[in-house]
Amino acid sequence: MEFQISAKAKKVIFGLVGVGLALFFIGIFLDDSDQSKTRIFSNLLINGLFFLFISLGALFFLALQYATETGWSVAIKRVVEGVASYVLLGGAIVVAIFLVLTFTDGGYTEIHGHHLGHIYQYFDSEIVNHDKIIANKAPFLTKGFFWGATVVYMAIYYMFYLGFRKRSLREDIEGGTKIHFKNFAKAAFFLVLFGYTSSTLTWHWLMSIDPHWFSTLYGWYVFSGMWLTAMVSIMLLVLYLKSLGHLQVVNNSHIHDIGKWIFALSFLWSYLFFSQFMLYWYANIGEEVIYYRFRFDNYKYIFWGMFAINFIIPMLILMSREAKRNIGILVTVCFIIILGHWADMFMLVTPGSMGEYGHIGLVEIGLFLFFAGVFAYWVLNTLTKAPLVPKNHPYLDESKHHDI
Amino acid sequence: MAERVIYAMYDDDDVVKDAAKKLVANGIHIRDIFSPFPIHGIDPIIGVKHTRLGIVAFFFGLLGLALALFGMRYFMIVDWPMNIGGKPNFSLLENLPSFIPVTFEFTVLFAGHGMAITYLLRNKTLPGMPADNPYPRTTDDRFVMEIFVSDNEQFSIDDLHEKIKATDIIQLEEKDYKKIK
Repeated sequence: MEFQISAKAKKVIFGLVGVGLALFFIGIFLDDSDQSKTRIFSNLLINGLFFLFISLGALFFLALQYATETGWSVAIKRVVEGVASYVLLGGAIVVAIFLVLTFTDGGYTEIHGHHLGHIYQYFDSEIVNHDKIIANKAPFLTKGFFWGATVVYMAIYYMFYLGFRKRSLREDIEGGTKIHFKNFAKAAFFLVLFGYTSSTLTWHWLMSIDPHWFSTLYGWYVFSGMWLTAMVSIMLLVLYLKSLGHLQVVNNSHIHDIGKWIFALSFLWSYLFFSQFMLYWYANIGEEVIYYRFRFDNYKYIFWGMFAINFIIPMLILMSREAKRNIGILVTVCFIIILGHWADMFMLVTPGSMGEYGHIGLVEIGLFLFFAGVFAYWVLNTLTKAPLVPKNHPYLDESKHHDI
Repeated sequence: MAERVIYAMYDDDDVVKDAAKKLVANGIHIRDIFSPFPIHGIDPIIGVKHTRLGIVAFFFGLLGLALALFGMRYFMIVDWPMNIGGKPNFSLLENLPSFIPVTFEFTVLFAGHGMAITYLLRNKTLPGMPADNPYPRTTDDRFVMEIFVSDNEQFSIDDLHEKIKATDIIQLEEKDYKKIK
């Protein structure tokens, strides 16, 4: 259609993928410690989930726009759909990682006859038999429950993404308001499902890495990060497409609005981070604070560094109106937030799986670059398949005249 | 000699917007527009500068933040150290997490109230202040443009009248400017 991936973009993406893979393999080759197997699994999970979550955030945002019948965002709808489309590939990658982890009983390494370095300890009956706390959490912490839930989540996300996309493309041809109201109803239903599943999926996929510990705010905390990184990706894509001369109908006001989302969601994320932390800090119950204690002792700089970056930088830089309309500032802040939230995902997975041995090295950087390249290619490829601006959305005209 | 001012009355917000666009394009300076509600997009047309209220809010927020921290330090650390749940009670920094909610609320309270009060003071619209809109109907269903003759001295009075009458006005009046406050 109108947008094609330029040769330069392809070169950059293939460069990212190539360099990423090279760094990853060099990193594996240089890492002869006992933790190398766990490290590879951890990083696959970190990056698999990080980019899947970006697409889930976009899918949620898309449904939110339908359910609230928002007018302004129609001009960027195809970009949101593009980011959300990665759910197809990202979901498959994550399921593949889960399959490997299931068949390797949590991906442990055997050291002196002990099973150590699991991603999911409760996948290993050896651990469960000697761990009363995990055993008591059955049937929740079992392979069967994990897979049942995962299949349900994936089915919901695939189905709704494909449905939204199909109707969006059909609307371009048919017009009218029938599809619009169907999207409205479907999106409202999806929001209900997503409200539950976005919370519970983090229990299965992330919180169970620390199987002794639990937090009720965890789901919201991870969800706020999802939504934020999705908005950041949408912003970067919109700015990229505009710099190429596409998306003429997107004006400063649209960009200002996406900037507001990034600003507000950074606060939401920081608020939930702090709420979760403060409740545990205040109650000071041994089995709960150990989670934070461990991170303070072993990951002091990454843990506080990523909080500072994700809270202070968006707050101070994006506060003024002019900053949210300045492309240079926006691009810089967006890339910083992406890195900051990748570090957040790193902190969700690594301390639980690798204990005190986790660090950021070639394997981490390499795999991140590789996934970033794959993600970028998939999303851009989706954007080439349809006109960048929807043709018959009932609020298209309103969006074209968006002015704040 | 008192200043002369022309009041042009309209009955629709879109009409007043189009009229303002046309008059400004003709080089006429419009001092102000009185309207029962904010007209979206009128500010850049008549050249109203973007509000600096956000900057005021930021500094009120900082003031609230500082006051809350100083207050908490005095109440809970210096004057009467309180031991709640075994938390370190002789250090503000180590006990900071428990003061964050108060600090946050104070910041929001000061930013919100400071901004509202500044707005009312700057507009001279505190409760009880006399109204200074020239026509009471601009609080109901009329839109009035205020054009100062002294701002548009490049035009003759008749020329000015003619240009304004060329827009969809309902009523045009020229009178001495009466400063109310």
